[in-house]
Amino acid sequence: MTLPISTAAHKMATLKAPVNHIIDSSFIDGPGNRTVIFFQGCNFNCKYCHNPETINLCIHCGQCIAGCPAGALEMIRGKVVWDDRKCVDCGACYKNCAYSATPRVKESTVEAVMAHVMGNRPFIRGITVSGGECSLQRDFLVELFSQAKAAGLSTLMDSNGGLPIAWDDELMAVTDGVMLDIKETNLQVHLELAGHSNEMVLKNAVELAKRKKLTEIRTVVLADNPYSRQTVIDTGELLAPYLKDTEVIYRLIKFRPIGVRGEAERWPMPSQEQMETLKALVASKGFARVIIT
Amino acid sequence: MEKNLETLIAQAQQIVANSAMTHEQAMTSLASLPGQFASVLNLPDGFAEMEAEGLLCNLTEGYLPYCPRYILPDYQKLMDEGCRFLRLKPPTTLAEAILTLEIFYRHVPSVTHYPVYLGRVDKMLEPFMDSVSEAEARQQIKQFMFFLSRSIPDSYCHMNIGPEETLAGNYILDAEMELQEAIPSITMLYDEKITSDAFSEKALSCAQLCAKPSFANSPAYQAANPFPYGIASCYNALPLAGGAFTLSRVMISRIAEKAKDSNEFFEILPKAVNTLCQFMDEKIRYLVEDSHFFTTNFLVQEGFIKLENFTGMVGIVGLNECVNTLLAKDGIASRYAQSQEADDLSHKILAAMNQHLEAYHSKYCDVTGNHFLLHAQVGIAEDIGITPGIRIAIGEEPELYTHLKHECKFQKYFPSGVGEIFPFDETAKNNVGAILDIVKGSFDQGMQYFSTYSDTCDVVRVTGYLVKKSDIEKLSRGEAVGQANATWGYYASKNQHALERKTESL
Repeated sequence: MTLPISTAAHKMATLKAPVNHIIDSSFIDGPGNRTVIFFQGCNFNCKYCHNPETINLCIHCGQCIAGCPAGALEMIRGKVVWDDRKCVDCGACYKNCAYSATPRVKESTVEAVMAHVMGNRPFIRGITVSGGECSLQRDFLVELFSQAKAAGLSTLMDSNGGLPIAWDDELMAVTDGVMLDIKETNLQVHLELAGHSNEMVLKNAVELAKRKKLTEIRTVVLADNPYSRQTVIDTGELLAPYLKDTEVIYRLIKFRPIGVRGEAERWPMPSQEQMETLKALVASKGFARVIIT
Repeated sequence: MEKNLETLIAQAQQIVANSAMTHEQAMTSLASLPGQFASVLNLPDGFAEMEAEGLLCNLTEGYLPYCPRYILPDYQKLMDEGCRFLRLKPPTTLAEAILTLEIFYRHVPSVTHYPVYLGRVDKMLEPFMDSVSEAEARQQIKQFMFFLSRSIPDSYCHMNIGPEETLAGNYILDAEMELQEAIPSITMLYDEKITSDAFSEKALSCAQLCAKPSFANSPAYQAANPFPYGIASCYNALPLAGGAFTLSRVMISRIAEKAKDSNEFFEILPKAVNTLCQFMDEKIRYLVEDSHFFTTNFLVQEGFIKLENFTGMVGIVGLNECVNTLLAKDGIASRYAQSQEADDLSHKILAAMNQHLEAYHSKYCDVTGNHFLLHAQVGIAEDIGITPGIRIAIGEEPELYTHLKHECKFQKYFPSGVGEIFPFDETAKNNVGAILDIVKGSFDQGMQYFSTYSDTCDVVRVTGYLVKKSDIEKLSRGEAVGQANATWGYYASKNQHALERKTESL
């Protein structure tokens, strides 16, 4: 599988990125009211991904077309074309996609995304980029964040930390903070869960904390799972040395079987009691807040 | 209604037989009855017909005025000088200051017979903070708020805090977060340049628990009202040491129904406004010249209020329905707040209202340049199918930013009060800074007044005032509750579906 990693050649042309959707007002993607841009495409493939349709780029197989009740999908010259005016937002297309993709993606320019954001400007504090994995659109982000900051908006990345973002000075110069997922600290379990090593994730966590760019750490907690418990403990240990100099929120997220695929559909939710127990494990590590959501 | 003794007695009997009224509620209802039957006023030509037709509305004030509708006493004068009539010396401690206010509030009348304005309480109490420990100050302020919630059975009573952050203001909010009572209503006089984010976020956390405080755009209100003002009753911006003689309404949606098209609407409107203004002036004349309130009441005699600081308010409701009706009659396929044509018509109607009020000279309204002020009224139980003020009808609310931008465009027409409510779901409690972002952005774009609450709380805002959902349930079972205006909340939920306002899930 080829991932859409930006290249210099790509940058030379007009910068475009595949945008899955934009949420105009979010209260849960960083401090204050924010507009969130979700990019299509991810370098991880997590078993519990709650929006698996954002993982891959559409291969234009056309399998989804027949299932669209609104006739919003059409095969034109070998490409599945989505008509957002006809779309009724039922999700049938991506729910039927065997390839964890969706035809509902717009190749957007920085200008188009910024025009959308500026319509929300008076009411928002900033923008958050998410996905998919936003760091795959690195060049696009540098330009988008530069323009957002010029407009007085704060800039946050919601990232899986699979790419070495913390050492990317150009990107970090226009990024106010990163909300980083630490899914698993155990390498083998992480490989099994996410299909990708966690080595870079943990290095990013430390380097971002050192650079005071780490806003939030997130761990999705699985019911009665000893690895979840160990991950929370390890994350506390890993970051404790840096927390006196920088404010980091630790968000413990209950696994919810919503939007997930395959075996995860049958996984139970962790109890509030389990969450509180995990929260207590890191209460004294120096996080600004530990939040259960 | 036939104005004879039999009708009056029949209505009195209905009040007496109503098990859902407390003694006090029955008493005030009985007291207002004769005023509905009186004919001491020289009604202007055409008023009686327009009122009977439902084009003009007296808002159950009756026809025998004996005190102003809304009174905003100069409480700072009470703190500085005490009160001769009530034999109160200027307070010297926090406990004395609180007791002085509690006693004084008991003697401030209004259309509801309870005080509709409690003053800028944080500012008044702040000088006494040095005299007690923090724990004592918190305890006394909490007991004060508790006392108000149980002794003033009406949530039209309105406390103001801000714009400066004070200890007293913080303790008031902390107490309210614990008590979670519907009474009193509170407004934060918000000024982005003065009010700290921490204080504002505490206020919004409080609002997510008990639907208060609301936020008033203080610089905008001050610019529209070039005199010291306070926020009273629902959200009425009125002169301090004064208030409003009266509030009556032009029922623009019914005028739209009567007119054959928008051209005829704009012909009828000035006649209706003018007739209402003449009627209000006659009520004011009677109150000032024939009743003795402005000569004998201790508030006037001691200078807590002054005749020259009173004005009159002309309310409108149902801009939503008015615009929909006129668009349909003009053959335009659109609805309120959904197109440029609808917005143009809305602007034209509100500008016309202000133009007609500007053209009318009222003798006693010195403080507002001898003009009445336009007010976006929150509606009464009888307004079935009429949306409060300029709000978008329940069930037709657009997405959040469109809704906010709509309010920003139209709230500016109302110097004496307008407001919209934006309920949020539970998520907002963890990030009230997000609501503050929305308040800041809205006020920057011209919004005047912003209310919010969480859909999961017992205390909610119905149209313009606070009620407990649990009280509304009791009333629906025919049980009495202590809060008088919970009854209006009950009718608003039944007749106007006021509890079904769209909640923002973010």
